Amino acid sequence: MAVQKLPLAKAINESLRKALETDPKVLIMGEDVGKLGGVFRVTDGLQKDFGEGRVIDTPLAESGIVGTAIGLALRGYRPVVEIQFDGFVFPAYDQIVTQLAKMHARALGKIKMPVVIRIPYGGGIGAVEHHSESPEALFAHVAGLKIVSPSTSSDAYWMMQQAILSDDPVIFFEPKRRYWDKSEVDPEAIPGPLHKARVALSGSDLTLAAYGPMVKVCLEAAAAAAEEGKSLEVLDLRSISPIDFDTVQTSVEKTGRLVVVHEAPVFYGSGAEIAARITERCFYQLEAPVLRVGGFHAPYPPARLEDEYLPGLDRVLDAVDRSLAY
Amino acid sequence: MTVESTAPRKPRRSSGTKRTSARRTPQQQSSEPQLVQLLTPEGERVEHPEYEIDLTPEELRGLYRDMVLTRRFDAEATSLQRQGELGLWASLLGQEAAQIGSGRALHDDDYVFPTYREHGVAWVRGVDPTNLLGMFRGVNHGGWDPGTNNFHLYTIVIGSQTLHAVGYAMGVAKDGADSAVIAYFGDGASSQGDVAESFTFAAVYNAPVVFFCQNNQWAISEPTEKQMRVPLYQRAQGYGFPGVRVDGNDVLACLAVTRSALERARRGEGPMLVEAFTYRMGAHTTSDDPTKYRADEETESWRAKDPILRLRRLLEREGHADEAYFTGLEEESEALGKRVREAVRAMPDPDRLAIFDHVYADGSALVDEERAQFAAYQASFADSADSAEGGK
Ligand SMILES: Cc1ncc(C[n+]2csc(CCOP(=O)(O)OP(=O)(O)O)c2C)c(N)n1
Repeated sequence: MAVQKLPLAKAINESLRKALETDPKVLIMGEDVGKLGGVFRVTDGLQKDFGEGRVIDTPLAESGIVGTAIGLALRGYRPVVEIQFDGFVFPAYDQIVTQLAKMHARALGKIKMPVVIRIPYGGGIGAVEHHSESPEALFAHVAGLKIVSPSTSSDAYWMMQQAILSDDPVIFFEPKRRYWDKSEVDPEAIPGPLHKARVALSGSDLTLAAYGPMVKVCLEAAAAAAEEGKSLEVLDLRSISPIDFDTVQTSVEKTGRLVVVHEAPVFYGSGAEIAARITERCFYQLEAPVLRVGGFHAPYPPARLEDEYLPGLDRVLDAVDRSLAY
Repeated sequence: MTVESTAPRKPRRSSGTKRTSARRTPQQQSSEPQLVQLLTPEGERVEHPEYEIDLTPEELRGLYRDMVLTRRFDAEATSLQRQGELGLWASLLGQEAAQIGSGRALHDDDYVFPTYREHGVAWVRGVDPTNLLGMFRGVNHGGWDPGTNNFHLYTIVIGSQTLHAVGYAMGVAKDGADSAVIAYFGDGASSQGDVAESFTFAAVYNAPVVFFCQNNQWAISEPTEKQMRVPLYQRAQGYGFPGVRVDGNDVLACLAVTRSALERARRGEGPMLVEAFTYRMGAHTTSDDPTKYRADEETESWRAKDPILRLRRLLEREGHADEAYFTGLEEESEALGKRVREAVRAMPDPDRLAIFDHVYADGSALVDEERAQFAAYQASFADSADSAEGGK
């Protein structure tokens, strides 16, 4: 593969292909991942090229998918499993939280759990119930899991490679409404570490921190703010657990203001964790309280209301104004 | 007879109704797995030693009407999705007999737990079909009061509702009521842990529940071989209750078998699994592309077993319906289509503050606070804009 512009979904597809080629222990598992190539076609063509033994259509049982992936990992395989939609991960939640996350610690480090769980997540595609959720905080609260979410095709490509190489379980949240967004992927690049945040845009007046689907919204907000003469810095956290607080701290020390943006409900969300830590670290540099923009404490609404529920440009800019007004 | 069934013999009913047709026996030979059949694809009545049914011409026409109108409604919804009026639609095309047959076996006080595809069952329960469309249009997550027609909300997470059905049935038994409960699910859903657990609970508590699995051969792209290696209905035996496979494109067999299973449950004899062997003629949903995984010949071979055509052949053969009847029904179908179309187009978007409605039965200070903040934020647009654009 040469340097090229790829949709985010295709970048993951290429990344999975590379992993299957490189390591015979890598397996793809999930519902409809074979002939259909997954409902979002992220695994398109992989079964055709690597066979049913490597790209495995599973029964419709999420607990079974993750539970057997744990067993395969114990046997030396590196399963990459797909959960079809965010809202369907919960039958597997028990296996992820009580088993997968804790296995390494329980074995005093003697065993590794190189399992990747891919979850298309988030809203913005007009779907029905259970197809638009952002449950990252529910997993981030559990020690032993790494949780990441790319926002660009390049990150999707490289972070997937790194997730598969990791000996820890990684939950790979794929921003489904960005699947069709194209950006450049350089397969020869040397990627930064999986847990590092990225400064997506430099600025001096305020820091916007986001990940996954919200990075694009924040960049748009920064562009709109720039027209009004405000200089916003946009951080793409990339990793939700762990969080690269150092990069956030450096930015906030420069700008003095922080707004965290995510789709998930604000209440008990990842923004709360970031706000608390950054307040501790940057108490004397902060010019305003850390503000959060995100979903409400309500079930994800029916599709016709999702534009109201999801933080858009206006709600981000509103928070920016409130922060700057302190 | 070698019909495979772990079902008990049904007690003979003394029937005063005149039989509507001559029967052939034994069952027609086919290469398919053995299943309970009372009406062949050619529209001929056949005998089954355990399942009998006597229907008047009027009742037969009623089943036919149910199936025709359900199919019309379904087709209308599919085209409304194509026109952008619905975000998604899960068609039941081909499964009308399984749904109408099983649905018409229910008593009013029985309770139904559907998946997301039981439009025909909803129809026979008297749920206004336009109510089913709200969630597919994206204006609500349900849209009807389950208590009105004893028809629970659609459940999208597959398999979950089977446990709810068993719990409800446990309650029915505790109350000493003589109603029954029916849980619908798919062949793919049968792989879920929840379904296995529901079988366990139903068996252990002898719950008056009928598990009605529509095996439509596919779970999105996955054929049944990717879910199971023994016929589904046989699974019941391992849990200690009977299972039976019925021709799911035969509305009479679906009615007879479900009726028998429900009666059994009402008599306090516990759960039963009915596997309706049928076919999903359309795509899984309007987002799906079956050409990626399914051969046309397969779909064609099932088209020959169309459940509606089959009953029509019987009606014609036995002279139970004349041309005027079919024309009248066609007009009724058109009227239904029109009513559905107009109702959907007129369906308003919910008020934006509806996001905060019904989060808690007891209310919540947090929700109230967020609602107030959001309302103020929205109002700020209305103030600053020349028009009322930003408000609503
Ligand atoms: C727990 C869960 N996992 C995955 C899905 C996504 N999904 C929706 S329908 C479906 C296939 C269901 O097949 P089946 O049970 O045979 O019923 P059918 O749709 O064919 O009627 C899948 C995988 C889901 N809704 N819930």
